Amino acid sequence: MAERTAIIGSRVGLHARPAAIFAEAAGELPVEVTIALETEPSEDALDASSILSLMGLGAEYGTKVVLRAEGEGAEEALDQLVKILEIDHDSE
Amino acid sequence: MSTHKVEKFSGVGVSAGRVIGTVRRMPDAIQAPADGAPLPEGATIDSETARLAQATQAVAAQLKARAALATGDAQAVLKATALMASDKSLLKSATKLVASGTCAESALWEAADAVATQLSALGGYMAERAGDVLDVRARIVAELRGVPAPGIPDSETPFVLVAVDLAPADTATLDPAKVLALVTSDGGPQSHTAIIARSLGLPAIVAASDTTALVDGDVVYVDGIDGLVVRNPTEVESATARTYANREQLPEFDGRGVLADGHRVPLLANVGSGTDAQAAAKAGAEGVGLLRTEFCFLGREKEPSHEEQVAAYGAVFEAFAQKKVVVRTLDAGADKPLPFLTDSTEPNPALGVRGYRTDTTSPGVLARQLTAISEAAANHQAEVWTMAPMISTPAEAQDFAALVRTANLATAGVMIEVPSAALMAERILERCDFVSIGTNDLTQYTMAADRQLGSLAELNDPWQPAVLHMIAATSAGAQGAGAKPVGVCGEAAADPALAVVLVGLGVNTLSMNKRALSPVAAVLRTVDLATAQKLAQLALRAASAEEARSLVRAQLPELDRFGL
Repeated sequence: MAERTAIIGSRVGLHARPAAIFAEAAGELPVEVTIALETEPSEDALDASSILSLMGLGAEYGTKVVLRAEGEGAEEALDQLVKILEIDHDSE
Repeated sequence: MSTHKVEKFSGVGVSAGRVIGTVRRMPDAIQAPADGAPLPEGATIDSETARLAQATQAVAAQLKARAALATGDAQAVLKATALMASDKSLLKSATKLVASGTCAESALWEAADAVATQLSALGGYMAERAGDVLDVRARIVAELRGVPAPGIPDSETPFVLVAVDLAPADTATLDPAKVLALVTSDGGPQSHTAIIARSLGLPAIVAASDTTALVDGDVVYVDGIDGLVVRNPTEVESATARTYANREQLPEFDGRGVLADGHRVPLLANVGSGTDAQAAAKAGAEGVGLLRTEFCFLGREKEPSHEEQVAAYGAVFEAFAQKKVVVRTLDAGADKPLPFLTDSTEPNPALGVRGYRTDTTSPGVLARQLTAISEAAANHQAEVWTMAPMISTPAEAQDFAALVRTANLATAGVMIEVPSAALMAERILERCDFVSIGTNDLTQYTMAADRQLGSLAELNDPWQPAVLHMIAATSAGAQGAGAKPVGVCGEAAADPALAVVLVGLGVNTLSMNKRALSPVAAVLRTVDLATAQKLAQLALRAASAEEARSLVRAQLPELDRFGL
């Protein structure tokens, strides 16, 4: 099980636009990725490719989230997703 | 449209223009499916699951295609909604419901409802996104039912939008490059449709009840000047539309409202925010005749803070340094309810505790607003005048003026919207510095006709001679009280022909949406004060709104030249 902790870099949190970018990227990966708030147990982790689950997390700027994946390519996949979470998409 | 018979439909023209185009009807709003309705006859859980998945994919594909054509923010929003439509977790929870024997429509409706509720609970920005989820839900259910998606139709070519009525949420997505004209079977001259049409400069007709017979693909002529829709127009209408298309372009407003004889009629703008004010200043407005302060309050659970209010008003004052800005204090109630001020259970809100009257039921909000206006005024160079809405008696005017002076504001006035205030204008103006006539409400109260009701559109017309008599009474009162200023800030001031009548009735300044500045200025420039007074007398003596309008318009040939 690969695991990474990321800090939300979008000023307004994981709202529609950053969530869309992230969900799309997660959906294109060869492995299934889950996402959960750092404070929540892994059983409560949600599908990272679901934009509605992402928005439902209520993750704000600076919130820590944990990404998890299993299988071949999991490490690379998570590294890629962490980068997306930590960028401030609203400053583009 | 099997026949090509010429058919005419009449309504109330609320925004000028004559065009021919193809009809696209606004689809009906999607009604909620029954709670937990069973699988349709003959369907299996597998077939229903497949139907649900297909519908979500189809909607996602439509939204993606639209996103590809859009740019900027609109593109980002469409992309995000496309992802919501194909969202795996939404589909999973809806599929579970289908597996328990619920039909696809009800399953999807319930699953999306849970998501929207969750987002709403997060508050703030996420709560606003709940609306996007509900929009996606309506689209998927429309797809499942095989009916058109809700919202303004998507079309590559410009069209005439025909609807029962349009809500603010509908018009927010209205693209003026795609819509040629608006026609509604319901709604009145003060309806949201009318206001948006005038601000976008689109020809529009409301309360044309028989236009419910129009269908997609019908070719129609829309005449927003005469209030006429013609299905299968002939060469006659084509010629009129061509003449309109070739009308003389209106000169840009040069920032000075004046009659042919040099009599000054300052033309001001109605604004509702700092951004609005900047745009109005750019359009040449000589000041603000109506600053609607509700923008600061609407959609709020609580009263905005002092600092927030000072900043919001200051943004407007900044755009009009050395110029007049008339601030209307909070006008809550009736069609603009506020949870912390108004009682939503009133049986008749238009006649209830609204406008200035809320100061008696929720004292303090008004005084705090005046303090914020005063501080913002001190920070800027604008000449700030302050007025209260919904004043009925001289005593109320006196009390309001006292509150204004306590807040260290120089100029206090009241709105004339209630017939009693129009008739008592002299006594009122002995107690304050100016009045501004709100013709929308003055019309509704004079004619006892709800301005939201399309079926009463004919009564709800500011050309009604009784309304003009109210305005004349107000002017006479202002003269009696020492020639104090009278302005008009209702939609009537934006009608160039009616603007001439208002000036003839003794109104000193006119305030309107910024688009109306140029047409009103152009027409005022063609008449002198004596002519305006003569036309005002013609209108006062008319027996109906229709007669008043046609008598006056016949004397103003310039209207045709500019296609107004």
